[in-house]
Amino acid sequence: MRAAVIQFPGSNCDRDMVVALNAVAGNEKTQLVWHKETSLPEGLDLVAIPGGFSFGDYLRCGAIAARSPIARALVQFAERGGYVLGVCNGFQVLTETGLLPGALMRNANLKYICKPVPLVVQTTDSDFTRAYEAGQTVTVPIAHHDGNYNADAGTLARLNGDDRVAFRYGDNPNGSAEDIAGVLSANRRVLGMMPHPERASEPAHGGTDGAALFKSLAGAMALA
Amino acid sequence: MEEPQITEELIAAHGLKPDEYAEILRLLNREPTFTELGIFSAMWNEHCSYKSSKKWLRTLPTEGPQVICGPGENAGIVDIGDGQAVVFKMESHNHPSYIEPYQGAATGVGGILRDVFTMGARPIAAMNSLSFGETSHPKTRQLVNGVVEGIGGYGNCFGVPTVGGEVRFHPAYNGNCLVNAFAAGLINTDSIFYCAASGVGMPVVYLGAKTGRDGVGGATMASAEFDDTIEEKRPTVQVGDPFTEKRLMEATLELMASGAVISIQDMGAAGLTCSAVEMGDKGHLGIRLDLENVPQRETHMTAYEMMLSESQERMLMVLKPEKEAEARAIFDKWDLDFAIVGETIAEDRFLIMHNGDCKADLPLSKLSSSAPEYDRPWVETPAAAPLADVPAIDAIEGLRALIGSPNYGAKQWVYEQYDTQVMADTIRTPGLGAGVVRVHGTDKAVAFTSDVTPRYVKANPFEGGKQAVAEAYRNLTAVGAKPLATTDNLNFGNPEKPEIMGQFVGAIKGIGAAVAALDMPIVSGNVSLYNETDGKGILPTPTIGAVGLLASQDDLIAGVAQDGQIALLVGDTAGHLGQSALLAEMFGREDGDAPHVDLDVERRNGDFIRANAALIGACTDLGDGGLALAAFEMAEAGNVGVTLDADDTPTLFGEDQARYLLACNFDQAEALIAAAGQAGVPVTTVGKFGGDAIRYGASEAPLAQLRDTYRGAFAAAIA
Repeated sequence: MRAAVIQFPGSNCDRDMVVALNAVAGNEKTQLVWHKETSLPEGLDLVAIPGGFSFGDYLRCGAIAARSPIARALVQFAERGGYVLGVCNGFQVLTETGLLPGALMRNANLKYICKPVPLVVQTTDSDFTRAYEAGQTVTVPIAHHDGNYNADAGTLARLNGDDRVAFRYGDNPNGSAEDIAGVLSANRRVLGMMPHPERASEPAHGGTDGAALFKSLAGAMALA
Repeated sequence: MEEPQITEELIAAHGLKPDEYAEILRLLNREPTFTELGIFSAMWNEHCSYKSSKKWLRTLPTEGPQVICGPGENAGIVDIGDGQAVVFKMESHNHPSYIEPYQGAATGVGGILRDVFTMGARPIAAMNSLSFGETSHPKTRQLVNGVVEGIGGYGNCFGVPTVGGEVRFHPAYNGNCLVNAFAAGLINTDSIFYCAASGVGMPVVYLGAKTGRDGVGGATMASAEFDDTIEEKRPTVQVGDPFTEKRLMEATLELMASGAVISIQDMGAAGLTCSAVEMGDKGHLGIRLDLENVPQRETHMTAYEMMLSESQERMLMVLKPEKEAEARAIFDKWDLDFAIVGETIAEDRFLIMHNGDCKADLPLSKLSSSAPEYDRPWVETPAAAPLADVPAIDAIEGLRALIGSPNYGAKQWVYEQYDTQVMADTIRTPGLGAGVVRVHGTDKAVAFTSDVTPRYVKANPFEGGKQAVAEAYRNLTAVGAKPLATTDNLNFGNPEKPEIMGQFVGAIKGIGAAVAALDMPIVSGNVSLYNETDGKGILPTPTIGAVGLLASQDDLIAGVAQDGQIALLVGDTAGHLGQSALLAEMFGREDGDAPHVDLDVERRNGDFIRANAALIGACTDLGDGGLALAAFEMAEAGNVGVTLDADDTPTLFGEDQARYLLACNFDQAEALIAAAGQAGVPVTTVGKFGGDAIRYGASEAPLAQLRDTYRGAFAAAIA
């Protein structure tokens, strides 16, 4: 798999994502791509958008990032069928670019929340989740202030009908509609999720339930 | 613009005493300008000059083979082997946090992070020690919410994991909360940056955010007592921008790697003034600044305002001139200001020019070296009266009094607002004892803890000072780490009162004795005095931040108690109830002497724990609340009951020092008892983990019920 991680000036999980993609997904050297670039390196399979505070999150989280020079290349990459993984702030960026539907609002309790949470795997029909079992409950940490997923009723119905909800919270921590923690694009190649699989990918993290996501990706790329 | 006349009122408003002003006249042989008066007030206030504390700080042990850099630089540095070192410091932001809790706490975190990355280190961990007034006080709830959000808001965005800390409530902090922020970074020993300038005619470069009027006079404020005019002081609190700080850190580290930096200093208290003077003074050089070149956020700023502004996220650097283009490109990449604002000069002058006018022309070396130093009168704190009788209690009721209080209830309401895992190297998250972070890409790990028991320090400053260090030593030991070094954040009342100065002197002596005996020298620190409101001082609170090393992650003790495991107590129990948490929480009493710390025994018992880490399933040190609280916390963390044989109050709730509670299997317990016999360490079996109840002697309650009390107490008290 050839992967790149986009680096905004306020990204702070960029290194963590590179480590997970290299160590767990058995990737070749994952590259960092600076937000001021206007194109992505040739021949990429996956682009990951890491957690953090891309431009400080003083405006809506991800709003400025979605209008940065690299964002246009990202959208084109996704439209051509490239794989895109957005975690936490990355998920917020993906909704702001329109690659994923819905929006992430302030947590219902209005506070930042960092803790491990139970997630229920909703679908294994994606190259991000194939190594999980449907209905399986896994534990992955969250760390966000704005993870309260919302979309209009029609969008939610479409997401459910098309089996595009990847994960739901077992114990909704932030007020998300229908406990949604992660959603897929229509072509199932773009995943946005608030929990951090890269923080649960080695035994030293205290849990390895996030590793299957990277293994799923590695498996899919090996087959491709 | 005309500068104001120097009058007695103006001098007093700058916090300068008449004899201090006389010294200025003597140094200059003339009256200072308004800008010069501001510069003196910034350099000579308590916060920057340590004028009341210097004499005593010099007595602290600061050296050891592990110490690369002791006090005097931005932060201390200790060796962790393999060409790597840890850079760390703790600093207070008490006064700003009381006035504006969110920004005060946020910029406290920002300031301490800057101290660490200014030396070339990437921050890898943060902690904070917070002291608030009683929960029923009308300001407490707002302060707790604001401070915790401010710490999280800054650290989470910056991207440093907060891995530990402490929160306490006591009426003595009603008018003066304490916010002590700790940060640690990782550095290679061959790329450490210090602040001493070198070379004449080298460009002085301003980096980071623009200068505004925020914080003008902040350091002077932090050196005065509060009174009811406090609300008027709000404009002196700075506003933090963690996004800019994150970029400043990345740009600074890139700049250092490029070889462009001769010396560098962050702008903290009294911003441009302190940073320029420090660089010149340490390098035995003068500095000329041309203020019209300073990037400004507001129009018509005067020299006085620019020299005293405490705008955040700024640095001052002396640059290798041939590297200017390369350096500028790095700051352009991160969209930060980069401006040459002056140069180093050979004469001993601090020359401040603004649009061609000379606003200040001072002998630079005198600004810090001639700063006043006081040998303040002090009186020894009288010995505490003996402990009065303690009524008999039901053991579980005593436990409930502790775990139902926000002081000893679980703190997840606080630490779940902090990103504890960013950087993905945290291997022990907050909750119980020290936090532990891996050294990225190695098998090593570093442990962090922050400790002090202010009740003890008040009753007996010397023993309380010792105990704060000993508890930090135990917390590091309990996770298997070898304690390396210490940072002290000394929060006290008005040092002009001999009894307060006596607390300070006693605590310093105790801290000094303990860090010497436990081989964890002081490498950095901060003093915060005048923590008083309307004449009422805080509890003396010398917060100890300490760092320990795990040579291998295999040495980590991170397990939880399991069903069927034996509870082993390491150390002697005499049942010391004076100044105990039980007295405070159950009876509202703070009497008796503080427990005494036998430092030889501390060291012996600590060495025993580390030497036998492989036999230990789970470990916690005993502190506040004694055996009863430690056994409960261990059981709760392992989601298993515990039965202790003892039911008497002194055994269960006494706070004797140098003790640890262990959980281990039968075979391990036998081996530990044998090893203890050889080492001369007292180890006794005190009970057993198992079932779903907490049983102390004949008294018991379901774990689930006590857990609800424990987990809900904090939010119930303040949310």
